[in-house]
Amino acid sequence: MLIAVAFIAFALFNFTGDPVVFMVGQDATQAEKDQLRHDLGLDRPFVVQFARFVGRAVQGDFGRSLRQGRSVAELLKERLPATVELAVVAAVLALVVGIPLGIYTALHRDSPLAHAVMAASLVGVSLPTFLIGIVLILVFAVRLKWLPSFGRGETVAIGWWTTGLLTASGRKALILPAITLSLFQMTLVMRLVRAEMIDVLKSDFIRFARARGLTERAIHFRHALRNTLVPVITITGLQLGAIIAFAIITETVFQWPGMGLLFIQAVNFADVPVMAAYLCLIALVFVAINLVVDLLYYAVDPRLRVDRTATAST
Amino acid sequence: MALLDIEGLSVAFGRPDSPIRAVDGVDLAIEPGETVGLVGESGSGKSVTALAVMGLVDPPGRVVARRIAFAGRDLAALTPAARRAIVGKDIAMIFQDPLAALDPCYTVAFQIGEALRRHGTPDERRSARRRRARALELLAQVEIPDARARLDAWPHQLSGGMAQRVMIAIAIACKPRLLIADEPTTALDVTVQAQVLELLARLTREHGMALLLISHDLAVVAQSVSRVAVLYAGQVMEEGRVPAIFASPRHPYTRALIDALPEHNVGRARLAALPGVVPSASARPPGCLLAPRCPRVRERCRIELPRPAHGEGSVLRCFYPLVPRGAVAADMGT
Repeated sequence: MLIAVAFIAFALFNFTGDPVVFMVGQDATQAEKDQLRHDLGLDRPFVVQFARFVGRAVQGDFGRSLRQGRSVAELLKERLPATVELAVVAAVLALVVGIPLGIYTALHRDSPLAHAVMAASLVGVSLPTFLIGIVLILVFAVRLKWLPSFGRGETVAIGWWTTGLLTASGRKALILPAITLSLFQMTLVMRLVRAEMIDVLKSDFIRFARARGLTERAIHFRHALRNTLVPVITITGLQLGAIIAFAIITETVFQWPGMGLLFIQAVNFADVPVMAAYLCLIALVFVAINLVVDLLYYAVDPRLRVDRTATAST
Repeated sequence: MALLDIEGLSVAFGRPDSPIRAVDGVDLAIEPGETVGLVGESGSGKSVTALAVMGLVDPPGRVVARRIAFAGRDLAALTPAARRAIVGKDIAMIFQDPLAALDPCYTVAFQIGEALRRHGTPDERRSARRRRARALELLAQVEIPDARARLDAWPHQLSGGMAQRVMIAIAIACKPRLLIADEPTTALDVTVQAQVLELLARLTREHGMALLLISHDLAVVAQSVSRVAVLYAGQVMEEGRVPAIFASPRHPYTRALIDALPEHNVGRARLAALPGVVPSASARPPGCLLAPRCPRVRERCRIELPRPAHGEGSVLRCFYPLVPRGAVAADMGT
């Protein structure tokens, strides 16, 4: 799968424009351009370029950024913490708010509060991310002046990892982008939990649990919630990948110095190595998350575990 | 005093101004240790009656009854919490599809222990070891082979018959005085059916437990209980002791059910069957509910609803009942 993504990414970007045009001055001669093209290996056949790219990529070398002249791996490493921090905070926010709201709206389907939450969630699902971001900036940064509208604030370096979570300005800067990024996921998680839980509450084993006179608490949380979580984990896992990928929009709106912003800048300059490396990294993240999701299944759903006792028949 | 005493039980669904009655004025009494069958076609209100006793009718269903009393306590007057203290302890219920009724995420031992932790003796509530020991004892009681190995089995590792035994073990864990079994054998193979029925009969005998057996299968009921009530469209049509009802049914509907048993149709090309279907709960005939399908229908049946007539240990709801063998012909209610 990774190879396929690498190939598509690489192929696509060969048609996004000629990086050489951006690199040299307007009055460069054709000979200068050809020289540069040759130095960069851009005059070689496509297949050769791709083979070289893959060969180096597996060793962690994605080449040099055509625009900044620095190693792409270096660039990504520098930007990675910002994106990961944003995505993780957004995902945690989505789960911490989305799951309880989903449970609440499933258990109290007819309460006015549940109706209000459901109506509000429609807004979350349908409003585009950039609009939410802009509205939040307008209200909290421009009008109320409570929170910064762009950037990451001060960061603290721990080894090569930089974090904004340890400084007040870093935390403040994180609030708006994290809310923006998580709002869609939050509503998605909430609606999913609600739908699944309503479904599970109708099942026979819930009825049997009631017939045993178990407390509402045991029925809702021990039996209904646990069975609800299996499909929720899948979607949430896939969404975490989506959060990292969709961080592009949020990062652009908030000028968040993450990988998404790097990618957008790279697109503007047809900076092929950066784009290709970014896409490969995103693909890697998706694969890794799928693996984690499968492992989580194993923990939640006993049907997937290897049978210790043989299936028996009466 | 009857262990379970139901009077005028109705369960309605749909809007209050046009209610759809799934159960319509059912009276039923069960003595301690007695085994009673509740028979009827699909949609006759058997299961809903049981769920109403358990307090498990979900909204929008509405339960109305003059009286639902268990051991002298009016269940309808109890708070939900007080009712839950009785349900699962003194009244237990098992369901039709045993594999769907067990939570797939927990082991057999856990699900048995759950009932004990809620309703068990103080000892069982405190100690997980005690609960596990008791779970093992229960699995042995319901004749599960290799019970010790099954303790830690997951529901998906059980066959249907095994799962039904586990469900029975959970139900009897707290020594209930009444067990309601809703179609306990319908989802099982015929050979397993017989084993489960035998198991239920033995458990009721040994524990002095009363049994309400719900089934659409008259043959199943005939071999397992001492008294039977025949339900049609939410109303009790006839009730009586098993040998008498089977030897000489007085209600045309009971007669039709018995005639439809395969053993009474040996050598015939088709099973005897009543034409038509149960009237839907929303479109009821004004008179006797069976009138459109009854072979003995007369003008009066179409206009007037017959009232249940109580006899010696029996109930009959019919204007023109069948004449019992050896008795003098006399139309009831005329």
